Formats: sequence, C-alpha cells, structure tokens
Amino acid sequence: MKWLKSAFTLVVSGTSLLWSGLVHAVEIEYWQYTYASRVEAVDKLIQNFEAANPDITVKHTHFPYADYRKKVAIAVSAGDGPDVVQLYYGWLNDYRDGGLIQPLSSSAFPHANIEKDFFPMVGTMKVNGEYWGLPTAVRSLALFWNKDMFSEAGLSGPPETLDEFVDYAKKLTKTDANGNYLSVGFAVDTDGQDHHWWREVLIRLYGGAPYSDDGKTVTYTSEAGAQALKFLTDFETTHKVGSNGFMNRGQDAFAAGKAGMVLDGSFRISKFVKQEGLNFAISELPGHNGKRYNFSSYWVNGITSKAADEKKEAAEKFLQYLTSDEAMQLWLDTVGELPAKPAVALVDANKDHPLYGPFIRGLSYANATAFVSEKPQRQSLIDAYDMVVLQGVDPASALAKVAKSEQEVFNEFFE
Amino acid sequence: MNDFNATMARLERAQPGKVILWTLLFIGGVIMITPIIFMVSTSFKTGQEVYELSIIPQKPTLENYIFILQESKFMRWMLNSLWVATFSTASVLFFDSLVGYTLAKFDFRGRQIVFVAILSTLMIPTEMLIIPWYMMSRSFGWIDTYWGIAFPGLMTGFGTFLMRQFFMNLPDELIEAARIDGWSEFAIWSRIAMPLVIPALSALAIFHFLGNWTAFLWPLIVINDLDLYTIPVGIASFNGEFQMDWEVVMTASCLATLPTLLVFLVLQKFIIRGIMLAGLKG
Amino acid sequence: MTNFWSKLSIKQKLAITAWFFLAVPLVFYVTIRFYPTFEAFYVSTLKWNLLGVKKAIGLKNYVKIFADEDFWLVLWNTTKYALVGVPISMIIAFVIAYWLNEIKFGHNLIRAMYFIPFLTTAVAMAWVWRWFYQPLPIGYFNILLSWIGIPQQPFLKSVTQGLYSIMAPAVWAGLGFQIVIFIAGIRAIPRSYFEAAEIDGAGRWQILREITLPAMKPTIIFLTVISTIGFLRIFDQVYTMTADSAGGPLNSTKPLVLMIYEFAFDEFKIGRASALTVILFLILLMVSLMQLWLMRKHK
Repeated sequence: MKWLKSAFTLVVSGTSLLWSGLVHAVEIEYWQYTYASRVEAVDKLIQNFEAANPDITVKHTHFPYADYRKKVAIAVSAGDGPDVVQLYYGWLNDYRDGGLIQPLSSSAFPHANIEKDFFPMVGTMKVNGEYWGLPTAVRSLALFWNKDMFSEAGLSGPPETLDEFVDYAKKLTKTDANGNYLSVGFAVDTDGQDHHWWREVLIRLYGGAPYSDDGKTVTYTSEAGAQALKFLTDFETTHKVGSNGFMNRGQDAFAAGKAGMVLDGSFRISKFVKQEGLNFAISELPGHNGKRYNFSSYWVNGITSKAADEKKEAAEKFLQYLTSDEAMQLWLDTVGELPAKPAVALVDANKDHPLYGPFIRGLSYANATAFVSEKPQRQSLIDAYDMVVLQGVDPASALAKVAKSEQEVFNEFFE
Repeated sequence: MNDFNATMARLERAQPGKVILWTLLFIGGVIMITPIIFMVSTSFKTGQEVYELSIIPQKPTLENYIFILQESKFMRWMLNSLWVATFSTASVLFFDSLVGYTLAKFDFRGRQIVFVAILSTLMIPTEMLIIPWYMMSRSFGWIDTYWGIAFPGLMTGFGTFLMRQFFMNLPDELIEAARIDGWSEFAIWSRIAMPLVIPALSALAIFHFLGNWTAFLWPLIVINDLDLYTIPVGIASFNGEFQMDWEVVMTASCLATLPTLLVFLVLQKFIIRGIMLAGLKG
Repeated sequence: MTNFWSKLSIKQKLAITAWFFLAVPLVFYVTIRFYPTFEAFYVSTLKWNLLGVKKAIGLKNYVKIFADEDFWLVLWNTTKYALVGVPISMIIAFVIAYWLNEIKFGHNLIRAMYFIPFLTTAVAMAWVWRWFYQPLPIGYFNILLSWIGIPQQPFLKSVTQGLYSIMAPAVWAGLGFQIVIFIAGIRAIPRSYFEAAEIDGAGRWQILREITLPAMKPTIIFLTVISTIGFLRIFDQVYTMTADSAGGPLNSTKPLVLMIYEFAFDEFKIGRASALTVILFLILLMVSLMQLWLMRKHK
C-alpha cells in the first residue's frame, strides 16, 4: 500500500508542478516555530489555501522555539527569510523599528473591520495609525485545580474571589511534622505565568494599573502595586501554602498531583490531560470586589518588508486566510489556542467547552501588556518577589527599586 | 563475581593500600555517575512517574524511545552530526597539531604573537560570532550545507594550545637528530613527532568530537532544512514555547550520549597506551 | 630558486618552513576568527538592534556599562566562579588522575565513570541537579544533610549559596576533561625519569614533587589557562539551572556571558553586547597572559 501512496503523491506533485509552471505560480514563504500541533495546523491551512488559490504556493518552514527569535532576527536582518512570519506580539516593536515588517494595507485589511471583528487587545498591534500584524489565535489565563485534592480538603468548587483563593490554598496545603511541604495549596511560580497575573490582573483588582495609558511610564509603584505584590509573596512568607520553585516549576508540581492550584494558559491543557491519574478542572481566575481581569497574549502574523508586488499580494491573501473564521476554528481544534475574534470564540460550543470555556470567557475582560522588551520587564516582578521573600525587603521599596530599572528600559526605547 | 573476588583477594594480598585506593576511586566514580543514572532511569519512565524520584522505574516503558525514533528524523540527525563532527575532528587533528608543533618547535620571529592571537580566539563567546558568520555563509552560499555547519570549527585555539603544550614536552634532540639524518620538516612532524603525542591527539579527538556533537547555536542559525539538523537542534525541536516533557528530553539526551560514549571508549585506550609504544619505536 | 634556498642559514630556512606550515591556518584564523572579533570591536561603538540602522555613538555603550551597578555584580560573580572553581576542580582532578594512574584493575571502567558527565548535555543534567537541590522531603542533598544533622539549606534559592550550587555541576561536568588531560600529561613523562629516581631511592612524595610535577608543567599551564577561561565564560549551567534563565535570584549567579547573551538576544542591544564582549575579551586576554607569564617565570 505504501508504494501506491507514494506513487500517487508523486503523480499528484508532478502534475501540480506542471500546473503551477503553466499558470506562473507565486511562491511565498511562511515561518513559525516547531511544535507538532502548530505545524500540523499550518500544513492543513496551507493545503486549504492552495486549493482555493492555485496560483500561489506557500512554503512552510519551522524552527525550534528555543531560538526562533534569534533565528528570525538574524535571517530577516540579512534580507533572507519569509514573506509572512509568525511573531510574538511583544516582539513587534523591534521588528517595526527595524523596518523589517510592513504595515498591513488598509485596502486588504480595513481598520474598521479589524476593530469590529477582533478582540480589543489586538489593538496593541496598532502603532502610528497602522496595523502591523494580526493573530489567528489568542491566549488567556485560567485557574487549574486538582479535583481530588479539593474534595479531600472538603472543598466543592473553585475559589471565586481572592480571599477564597487564599483560604482554599491554606486548606489544600499538606506538610510533614517538620513543616516541609508534602503538597502545596497554590504553586507560586514567578518563572511561569505569575508575573502576568500580578501585572495585568492583581494590580488592576486592587484598583491600580501597571503602566500609564500611553505605555511610557511605570505606574505600579502605587499602593495597589504593593498590595498586589504582597498578595503574591504572602503565599510563601505568611500563609505558607507554597514555595516559588517547589518541584522546579508550578506546572510540574501540579502535574505530579502535589499542588492544589496553579495558574496557567490553555497551552498547558494537553500536558495535564496526558497525565494519568490527575483529576483536574479549570475555572476562571478569581475576582475581587466584584471585578475580574485577565491577561492575554498572542502570536501575530506579519508581512516582512521584503515581500513586494505579486508576492505582497499573495502574502496579503494568505494572511487574510490565516485570520479568517475558518482558520481560527481549525486552530482551536488542532492547537487548542483560542480564536482571536469574538464571533468565532464566543459561540456556545466554545464558550461552554469544559476545558477551553474558562479561557474563552476570560478573553472578554483581558488586557495584553504592551511590552517594549519582554524579558527585562518580566524580570522586574521576579526580582521584586525575591527581594521580598529572600531578603525581607518590604513590597513597596522592592517595587520602587525594580520600577527604576524598568523605567530605564522605557526611556531608552522611547528616546 | 567469584572471579572478581578472586582478583580482589589476590590484589589485597599483594598491596592492601591499593585496594583501599581502588575502593575510594570506585566510590567517587559512582558519585560521578549518579546524576546520569537518574537521566537513564527517567528515560524509561512514563509521564506521570517522572515526578517520583525513584532510581528504578516502577512501570518501565520504551515509549519515549519509540516516540523519538518514530516521530522524528532522529537517525538522520544522528548521521548529520556524525558526519560533521568526524569531518571537523579530522581537520582539527591535522591543522591544530601542525600549528601546535610549529609554535612549539620552530624558533622564528612573531611566534609569540601568532600563539597569543590564536589563543585569543578562545576569549570571544560564540554568540557574538554568529552574526558575521551568517553574513559570510550567506554570501558564499553555505547556508543549509554541511560545510556551513562545519567551517567555523575546522581549526581551534583550544586544540592548537593543547598540542603545543604536548609537543613542548618532546626532547629537541630527537628532532635535531632527524634533521641531521636528512628528514624533511614535514616528515619529522608527521612521522616522528605525531606518534609521540598520540595520547594528546586522542584526547583532542574526543574533546573536539564532543564539542561539535553538542554544538547548538551555530547549526541552528545556519540550517533551515529539517533534514540537515544536527542532534542538539533536533532535540530542541521537541520543546515548544511552554512545553518541555522531561522524559523526552532525558531520552533524547541518552540517545545523543551513546555515540560519544562509544567514541570515548574506543579512543581512551590510546590515551594510555600510545606513548609507551611510540616511545619504544621512536 | 635552489640557489636562493641553499644560501639561507638553517635558522632562516626553519623560519620559512614555519610560516609555510602556518599559511593556511592563518588565512582561516584571519577570516573566520579575527575578522568577526574586530567586527565586535567596531559594533561596540554603535547603537544597533540587529534589525534597524546602525548609529555611531562613540564610547557611550562602555559608559553605560560602567555606570550599571549590575555590571559590577556580574563581574564579581564571574570572578568568583573562576577564583573558586579553577583551584578546586584542578586539585580534585589531579588527585584523582594521579591515583587513577596507579591502578590497573578496572582502570578503564573507573576512568569512564569520571568522564561520562562530560559527555552529557547540560540541559538534561541541569534538570537532575535542580531536583537534587530541592527542599526536604524531595531533594537528595537536603536528605543527606538531614542524616548528619545539618539543617536544610536553600541552595539555588539563596543569594549566597546559589552561585556555588551552580558551580558544583560545572566542576562535576568538567572534571572528566581535566582528569583525561592530567593522565595524558602523566603518561607523557618519559619512563626513564622515574627509573632514575627510583634507583636513587627517592620516595613517592619526592618523586611527585621533584619529577612528576615539574615534568607536567606544560600540562598544568594548559589546564590552568583553559579552565580559567572556561570558568570565566561559564554560561550553560547558569542558563539551564536558574529560574527564567536569568542568573538569579537577584542576579547573584549571573556571569558576564549570560549578560552578553541577554543584551544581544533578549533585548537586541547588539552594540551594548559587543562592548561587553570586548571587556570580557580584554579580561580573559590579560588573565591568560599573566598566567602564562607567571608560570614561565618559575622555570
């Protein structure tokens, strides 16, 4: 059978080669990072796209995530590389600044439509009156909780408020006679998603904002910022319900059944589902004083500045398809990332999905941080946390210190 | 086991101190390989057992190995790495020992400067070289080729320095004598000096082979084609943005370590044996 | 031609032969190694994010680095890695190599045991070591400590112990390398030296001090210089073992190369990263030359 299949493929590819030669095919190149389900999804999308546009072929290349960013930057800056590229939204500034990607033409991507169709956090992609990239999928955070540990602790459902959250974490924590953790109530993990939680959720829940509206000034040195940091560090110092780095990573502690709760994104679902014997559920992030917030991030598809004329046209067509409703649903079904348009995401089947539902519901009140440089900005919280927990600095002074260096990052970028 | 006991008993009768020494060294060796035992054992564990830090897997599985060997082009990547590492090691053995010998045994003006200049190549992190190398590869069309992966490592400051030090140990009289006998300089190097430093050459071969085998950053940058990946780049492709399954990482590391272990076991004999045989011949 | 050649003195002939041997390698080094190095020197005077235009800013990158208090912390960390790591690893390696050389039974097996860590990949081993450093009741080191009645230690989660907790696997991984070089060095000593000493009735200690060590000088020089460079360029272990690969907690384990890496590829400040590279280069060059010179003096 195998030979038949390959013979068939040969004939088909031969014919299509011939065909493409006849109609003068345009070839464009698409880059993303290697991950089995993402590769599979893009392959399917390309297949559909090519069937609908026989005069365009799309070459799909992918690289290990570990150094995808470096690879893209070096290749693109040398004038090599793709016509359409997938980038983390937080990197956009570098690429825009470097003149490596071009703005999306308003004829192919009318602004009114983008603003009408996409979730509001996609607005981060609009700089200087132009859109520079569009996502197929977006992500948000949710609370993963271990059902078995919950029922063992006599808890029936997930915490709805921050106060309940702390209370539940205490009940879920188990220690040995010497006070060493056997399992933690909440897996604090500043290396994971907790810095997003602090920045975009906790600070806002306490009535503050992490940055000024124009995104040029650090504003978390407020009372709210300190309260939010204290809320996070208290798990380790006061409540003693968890320890940053317990079992190396929060996700590992949770996967091992040694953490009652952890915060994570929808990309983690597949890992936990695979884990035999782990009986978990997902719910929306706890709120405070009747308010809820969430953090959203996404990868966008941009058109590089090297795409011109017919290639640019082809790239636009492909990007239109990548951001179509059809592509978004396919992406959700294959990769498990959430559709970037409310019209696709918020249909009942998705909204009430037992696994994706809480993430999708979270999107409607999510913010995306307009990072100017993600790594050093992420480091601010990690350092502030360590100052409080390891050195006993009080939250406000710790924040004052890291805010100073983060502000320098802003100043340098905007000067 | 009996055989072993008998041997030990014989040893003990002869030199009790040696037995204590042997035992101490053996215990040290066991400590050295403890982390590796964990790596090997994790590679036979299932996803949920990874978090039980037992040495012996309760439900040993070959799943991870099957996954890697079936779901990826692991064997292909292995061959790529093997080819690049072998080619580059051959080059290094030739050139580094030639340069090392020249710097150790020839007296000429500028020798110290050349030595320090070559040594100074050890002082720049690879990260800062990849951008110029990429531009170079681009203009010569070396991207997506074996040569592209290999060229930066064809000669090394490390190997040159190592060989220079070992050639310095050789008595000058030996070389003088050969010169008087009318040997050409190249023949003196290749037929007299080289056999005398076989231990160092073997060591260099191991180190360089290994260094190439584990090189990650440069192969990643210069290769786009999945078929030309080297082992470390291939291993990295198992990890996603937030995803890293440790049992898979451990399995891939075990598989990647095997060939280097073989190379080491083959070459390590020469590190010990070489000099005495050559010494007699020389 | 023959005439010209025959007119030369032996010394001149040898010099020409030497340059002839060096010709191809020099072409290689100049294009593949020196040129990119000079490029780094040049880029260190630019503001450049790899993607955009290059802007000449003179020595501003250096000024910024020296004004950055993190730089001085990182420099001190790097120094600690070398000052502690080099002597400890060399002494352990020499003792093991020296004694390993004495035994015959199972020699290959035992040596392989010491060498295997050098063969493994840093990322896989980092994971294992991080488990070892976990608190009770999970972490093996803390379990061992509790057996002998020492209270639990924070290891990686401490600003004082973190650096040494990362140095340990670095020493561990490099030990096999040093042992192999030492053994090769010991074996390279002509047998006759020892025979002569034994005839003179010298003791083991005396042979070690008066024959073995002096004869191994080139080996020792080599290992000192290479290990110092290695520890001053430490990167893999820190990158794979610290949270978010950031050299924490609070930069207490961050070495220079990690800082270069972060500037270059997390923030794309290629100019700043190049300036830091130049600083690292100059430090390494100075230290290496000093070591070579000092050890030469004791001839």
